[in-house]
Amino acid sequence: MDLALAPLDVQRIRQDFPILSQTVRGRPLVFLDSGASAQKPRQVMDAMRACMETAYANVHRGAYHLSEVATENHEASREAARRFLNAARVEEIILTGGSTSAINLVAHSFGRGMLKPGQRVLVSEMEHHANLVPWQMLRDDGRGIGLGFIRITDAGELDLDSLHAELRKGDVGLVAVTHMSNVLGTVTPAGAIARMAHEHGARVLFDGSQAAVHRRVDVQALDADFYAFTGHKLYGPTGIGVLYAKHELLEAMPPFLGGGDMIETVTLERSTWAAPPARFEAGTPPIIEAAGMKAAIEYVEAIGMEAMEAHERSLVDHAMRVLPEVEGLTLVGSAQDRGGVFSFSLDAAHPHDLSTFVDRRGICIRAGRHCAEPLHERLGLESGSARASFGLYTTHGEIDALAEALREARRFFA
Amino acid sequence: MSDLLELYPPEIRDHARKPRNRRRLECVDATARGDNPLCGDRVEVFLRLEDGRIAEASFLGRGCDVSQASASMLTGAVGGLGSKAALDLSEKVREMARIGTVPDGERFEVLRSLAGAAKFPSRVKCATLAWVTLEAALRGGQEASSE
Repeated sequence: MDLALAPLDVQRIRQDFPILSQTVRGRPLVFLDSGASAQKPRQVMDAMRACMETAYANVHRGAYHLSEVATENHEASREAARRFLNAARVEEIILTGGSTSAINLVAHSFGRGMLKPGQRVLVSEMEHHANLVPWQMLRDDGRGIGLGFIRITDAGELDLDSLHAELRKGDVGLVAVTHMSNVLGTVTPAGAIARMAHEHGARVLFDGSQAAVHRRVDVQALDADFYAFTGHKLYGPTGIGVLYAKHELLEAMPPFLGGGDMIETVTLERSTWAAPPARFEAGTPPIIEAAGMKAAIEYVEAIGMEAMEAHERSLVDHAMRVLPEVEGLTLVGSAQDRGGVFSFSLDAAHPHDLSTFVDRRGICIRAGRHCAEPLHERLGLESGSARASFGLYTTHGEIDALAEALREARRFFA
Repeated sequence: MSDLLELYPPEIRDHARKPRNRRRLECVDATARGDNPLCGDRVEVFLRLEDGRIAEASFLGRGCDVSQASASMLTGAVGGLGSKAALDLSEKVREMARIGTVPDGERFEVLRSLAGAAKFPSRVKCATLAWVTLEAALRGGQEASSE
């Protein structure tokens, strides 16, 4: 079967997402902000409801049947995440509150526990604040760990020469970069980045918040040391995410948060740590959310990542045709390898005015700096940009509706 | 379309297109810079005072039509006011932008066009950025934020 041509029945898929049948001021809802947070299919809601209605108790604690069932289900969510990322071992999957908490976990446990004074962390100019601020905090807490920056090209691609030049300085302990930009849509060459980092003795972390939704991720093939993604952008609930980390690293890393579930023995004076993954999961975990994330993973697996990728390519191709035809519109970034995230500006209107205008036509787009202020400064977009981001339920017609609304906006604000 | 015209009435669009007093004053007695960190909107307000009253006001800035029009209107509305009266006016404008009710007073004949923001909760801070910046300038602060 030719995977590139795998069909995706978008109209049928849309029926799984109750919210999409809404109308806004008499017009159909056109949701083009999935990059911020995706809508949820009924399957995810049903799984969360079933968890509460039939199998809810605290996990890893009770010796009674219901707790055992809940624990089994919870661990099945971990296994689903392992399968989704093709991790070698299920112990390499830490369930977190999301990508932000996953990256903060690494900054704390690996950054403060394993990086040495004088070593640096490298991030790129196009990071989401979630993969920038934790490293600034690490730099500023007096341990002598530095922070360096990988430049991007004017096209919005990672400048591999800049990465190489930084790595050659010989002091890089970790390269922490996005796998797909939430502003530019740029997909970074993760395999090559990991190879380059490893050749210079550095570890590598990928912020997969966007990429994991759009591409099949294989952490073993990428040879990633850390990989973070979040449930709510993958059509799952908020409050749950995943940190993948190589087992050898997790074994050597000290805990992040202290509390129940992450200990081996506790006396009043001291405690010893449980083995991974429990060591990094203090407190009662997001049990219901984990059930929802498992359902979300199963949902996209049933559709097939290849089919989703093919659909997204057709959306990207369509947007690349339709959006530049809008007079006065400038796309931000022109990466060769890109996913379904388009940021743009319009000559006649500020992004916020634009967003308000198209909202009146039922179209949801993001306006602002999309939690990536340094990138907007780098690109000379002090006023931010407007952003349309696609999901597996996005149609060509919705992109056309956006283009038409942008034309109207241009007339209105001219 | 009709409700869009509440956020963008002719006065707002006029001030956005032809901002008044958009320059730095030569003599500045009080100034502050206001930022909306989420969207990047920025307004700097400059005031020249005479006998404790605002003799001249100007602004510089970048941002959406609402934030810049609001700043432009501000420079025309605060002339002649003492510090306390200007702070009172500013509070009334911010309240108006939040709840949509226009207070009495001749200064609101123009400023009333900012009341439409109340129907657009995410845009209220665009309308109020210049005013929180004015308040910071009058209170001797350097910076303000609409968040």
